Amino acid sequence: MARLTLAEKILGRAAGVAEVAAGEFVVADIDLAMIHDIFAARVFDLVLDSGAPGLADPEAVVVVIDHLVPAPTPEAADLHRRIREHVAALDVGTFYDAGEGICHQLLPERGHVRPGMLVVGTDSHMTTHGALAAAATGIGTSDMVYALATGRLWFQVPETIRFELSGTLSPGVVWKDVILALAGRFGSDVAQYRAIEFAGPAVKETDMASRLTVSNMAVEIGAKFGLFDADEVTEAYLRERGIEATGPLAADPDASYEAVHDVFLSDLDPQVALPNEVDRVAPVGDVAGQPIEQAFIGSCTNGRLEDLEAAAAILEGKRVAPGVRLLVAPASRRVLQEASARGILDTLIAAGASVLPSGCGPCFGGHGGLLGAGERAIGTHNRNFVGRMGSAQAEIYLASPATVAASAIAGRIADPRSMEGAGG
Amino acid sequence: MAETIVRGRVWHFGHDISTDLLSPGGFAIGSVDERKMHTLESVNPGFAGDVRPGDVVVTGRNFGCGSSRETAPENLKALGVGCIVAESLSRLFLRNAVAIGLPALVCPGVHEAFADGDDIEVDLASGRVVNHRTGAMLEASALPEEMREILDAGGILAVLRRQFGGEGDPSSG
Ligand code: SF4
Repeated sequence: MARLTLAEKILGRAAGVAEVAAGEFVVADIDLAMIHDIFAARVFDLVLDSGAPGLADPEAVVVVIDHLVPAPTPEAADLHRRIREHVAALDVGTFYDAGEGICHQLLPERGHVRPGMLVVGTDSHMTTHGALAAAATGIGTSDMVYALATGRLWFQVPETIRFELSGTLSPGVVWKDVILALAGRFGSDVAQYRAIEFAGPAVKETDMASRLTVSNMAVEIGAKFGLFDADEVTEAYLRERGIEATGPLAADPDASYEAVHDVFLSDLDPQVALPNEVDRVAPVGDVAGQPIEQAFIGSCTNGRLEDLEAAAAILEGKRVAPGVRLLVAPASRRVLQEASARGILDTLIAAGASVLPSGCGPCFGGHGGLLGAGERAIGTHNRNFVGRMGSAQAEIYLASPATVAASAIAGRIADPRSMEGAGG
Repeated sequence: MAETIVRGRVWHFGHDISTDLLSPGGFAIGSVDERKMHTLESVNPGFAGDVRPGDVVVTGRNFGCGSSRETAPENLKALGVGCIVAESLSRLFLRNAVAIGLPALVCPGVHEAFADGDDIEVDLASGRVVNHRTGAMLEASALPEEMREILDAGGILAVLRRQFGGEGDPSSG
């Protein structure tokens, strides 16, 4: 009498309990833990302070230097040095040093994530890995210390909301537009404390890059997990990484949901999130014409090869408008290499893009492309909160790579369908 | 059971107060004493300087949305904030607040029922929230026992230290 959601299945398995239901507390084994450079040194300091002999399962730990890349200050360089020392002393299973890429790109790209895993990380966008049917979520540093020292952590089994997505995206509309539209329609709170299952006939058509974008932003509508089923698309993606068939994984057909929302996608326009909330969303036509000073293509949301390719298709043979800075940050070294090998990088550079290191950079207002007071930017990342990219008096719009590229050329927010190359 | 009554002045904030506001990105790696003085500075520049121990942050929907940075609740705790009462809390903020031992409650209607500077009393055990200026009384959802145990211990690191520090933790298993 199985009727479990994906979240219930995964948490039950990880907790070693035959069946769990939403609302229950469980203590579960952690399959994979990721810590990035903002928190790693502090987390490891605290693990050692706690009296724990070391990491409960070093092989399950991945450390990534991605936020402060390359080190923008002497303090950051010092922080990175301390992380490298800890990584060596504690036998951390996998370490990606500065320049390898953004954590949420590296975990799937290098084959760390598999369907059914319970994954935690010191970053809210851990929901990204739900694209591979992993229950992945962000935790803070104290919880991470506990998880590393004991190999386990408490969880409340969440209720699940299911989005049944149907229809076919029109040319020029991509899955970034879909998740922005969902945020706009349902609000930043709709999935608070809850898991989301992205399902329905439209999902079968998506590639892994699109799923990663959608799951990445599931946290922007509150989600604890943002899950897709494991299917043929998942298997193909894993096979490319040398991972043998893990089989399909899905909720039971009669699982019980807190809510099921049917959403039809065929009539969707490209979407833009307006300052300063991710759920203030409008079709691009409503804001087209707003002048911009900066355009950013990158981040764990949309810094993948597919995204750079979509931007290059628009920018091919064009120039960025005078007075606009176009910044491109490939999400990993592999993405950078691939984009270079395929000539995508050349196209972007010829159009006037500055290529940033593979890391977070301006996405979180860290460094390397910040905004001044009164400036306006459009980017492919996931947050437009006050002060997110520098000055609290700057305005941030969020959109797809195609919309950002079209806006960079126009010098103002523009509909990518008004440009050549916007094939879809 | 630890002290369950918090009484103090209300600091009233709006909806969707993000971790970027609670712990601005550029200060993410500074010391807590440095960091805490920037808490909510772009919403209320006077807050960090004037907040007193036991004061209560009353806020709207989705408080603490955004990143996983534990420095968000940590800054508030370091400033002496006694508890947070919100229309709704972001999952990560609640999880982190519990992990560091800062009580945070969800209480529908609280945003409307309070104004800046009101005299508030919160019973963490029962969830009763009183406005001593207006006499209004509200019910917050009480925290699940598992979370209260961590709060009472002083946070999850205290629980961990007990496990590895030889003092033993009867509830571990
Ligand atoms: S790219 Fe942006 S959202 Fe993604 S991990 Fe880095 S800072 Fe966070």
